[in-house]
Amino acid sequence: MQLSLGPVLYNWAPERWRDFYFRIADEAPVDVVSVGEIVCSKRSPFFADHIPAVVERLQSAGKQVLLGSLILVSLRRERRQTEELAAAEGVLVEVNDLTCLRALAGRPHAIGPFVNIYNEASAAFHAARGARRICLPPELPLTSVAAIAKAIPDVTTEVFAFGRVPLAISARCYHARLHKLAKDNCRFVCEKDPDGLLLKTLEQQDFLTINGVQTLSHTCANLLGEAGLLHESSVGSLRLSPQDCDMVVVARTFRDVLDGREDADGGSRRLAAAYPSVPFANGFLWAEPGHVYRQARSGEAQGSAAQTGSL
Amino acid sequence: MMELICPAGTPAALKSAIDAGADAIYCGFNDETNARNFPGLNFSRDELRKGIALAHGRGARVLVAINTFPRASAVDIWHRAVDDAVNAGADALILADIGVMDYAARRHPNQRLHVSVQAAAANPDAIAFYAENFGARRVVLPRVLSVPEIAEITRESACETEVFVFGGLCVMAEGRCSLSSYATGKSPNMQGVCSPPSHVVYEQTAEGTKSSLGGFTINRFAASEPAGYPTLCKGRFSTAQGAGYIFEDPVSLDATTLLRGLRDAGVTALKIEGRQRGRAYVESVVRHFRHALAALESGSETDIASLKPFTEGQASTLGAYRKAWR
Repeated sequence: MQLSLGPVLYNWAPERWRDFYFRIADEAPVDVVSVGEIVCSKRSPFFADHIPAVVERLQSAGKQVLLGSLILVSLRRERRQTEELAAAEGVLVEVNDLTCLRALAGRPHAIGPFVNIYNEASAAFHAARGARRICLPPELPLTSVAAIAKAIPDVTTEVFAFGRVPLAISARCYHARLHKLAKDNCRFVCEKDPDGLLLKTLEQQDFLTINGVQTLSHTCANLLGEAGLLHESSVGSLRLSPQDCDMVVVARTFRDVLDGREDADGGSRRLAAAYPSVPFANGFLWAEPGHVYRQARSGEAQGSAAQTGSL
Repeated sequence: MMELICPAGTPAALKSAIDAGADAIYCGFNDETNARNFPGLNFSRDELRKGIALAHGRGARVLVAINTFPRASAVDIWHRAVDDAVNAGADALILADIGVMDYAARRHPNQRLHVSVQAAAANPDAIAFYAENFGARRVVLPRVLSVPEIAEITRESACETEVFVFGGLCVMAEGRCSLSSYATGKSPNMQGVCSPPSHVVYEQTAEGTKSSLGGFTINRFAASEPAGYPTLCKGRFSTAQGAGYIFEDPVSLDATTLLRGLRDAGVTALKIEGRQRGRAYVESVVRHFRHALAALESGSETDIASLKPFTEGQASTLGAYRKAWR
């Protein structure tokens, strides 16, 4: 079972962003790293200068690097940016919107969790047109994940396994709206929230996370307990989505559990210590509301993982 | 003249829409294959056949929405919906899933296909992808675009464009939102429902009425305020930066004042949201836009206040059509 690191979804300071990847290259046991600003095209220029160095460092460390495409493409410059990305050589593009597919014209590529692949027929369509890796939408239940993964054995099927879950994308920027700014003159206020802005209900119940034009869950996906089931279901990779926490610890924890050096409960305790105060969730995988966390279920799955040994 | 595309959740609404001047009616089967899968709503196979016959007799067309994303291992249900809609004489199928489009294009090469708003094709490149791969003839544009952006798309695209002019407004890009399933386990993409009534609770508290969805409070209303439906993205929430309608106010889209701009932008068809709404809504809203379109042709003014009773919270917005909305 591979581990992959998804792109940083938040607006981090560019040097911090670069250093984060340098450290991932040096220390994190991940096989694949997806890089690039995929949430907001206004942020892209800040990271562009650092991308070549980050890609080189990651590749030198033996990681496969993917360059992620924008999730929502509507402006002319966003289309141009997507087209340029599709022309990139030496790295696989991770497609997050179909806009990119036309430019790729059948060349090998990866597909990110923002492309709607809900069934084996659409997965097969993409596989036939050059998809080598597919990270499935996070809201898919295990039954669907298994059916899809089995139908495309030559493609690496990936599941979103750690991090706040991306739930929606909009043309409207909620950070700008909250700060009473126009999107075109947003002053990049989202940079004040490197782990997103907490949205609570009026009863003060933690609910969602705002990240500019994107809305994520408040809870943090944790599929450590389901790793064995996912492996048995022909899933070949688990995606870890960067949060404002020690992602090297997160990656090592997943690797340790996958390799049988630690059980899922112990691993989850380590994750909770690395990323405190954010509850876990795995409801989507069990066809339940996405915010739910079923520990009993992870107990069953863990037994299954233990039997498999190293995944 | 731009075409007027009107919703029908029932055969009665279909007839009302035709009477009120619809050029085309869109509707779906009474199952999970369409994105308005509400109890008591939508068409049986027999009702669809009769509805299409009625519409064709009156010079109107019927577009059948099969616009959810098939459940893995159950793709047959969606394929059967495609076959049955074609055999019933549908003038076009409105599809969202790549696999369903692929099936429809191969199995029924002469059937006219439209790209559903749920497919979120928001620029000429994405639209060209659907046109080149499946021969799609029209795209329903997601509600994330301004009028100048729509004009750019119609200039560059071989596909016709259809845009929403009235009704419930998705704040998020359509077909790319899991907020409802996060709170309730039911999503527009998979089950064809958003913020489903089965998960809604209204509670009387000392401070007034509280509405919740899947256990999350979506809004609170003082005794003097009308308690609106708890659609997740139109709730009141709280953040460190302040509380209120963080995503969107409880408003409906009303683009009556933009019809000229949409026509000049090259839009082919105007769509009214609301397959879940009753006959009175369909009748009034369709008639309003029929008059507005006639007025646009003759250059006379139109009464823009007349749709107020049919908007959410009696308030309307131009949504993303006005760039400042973002």
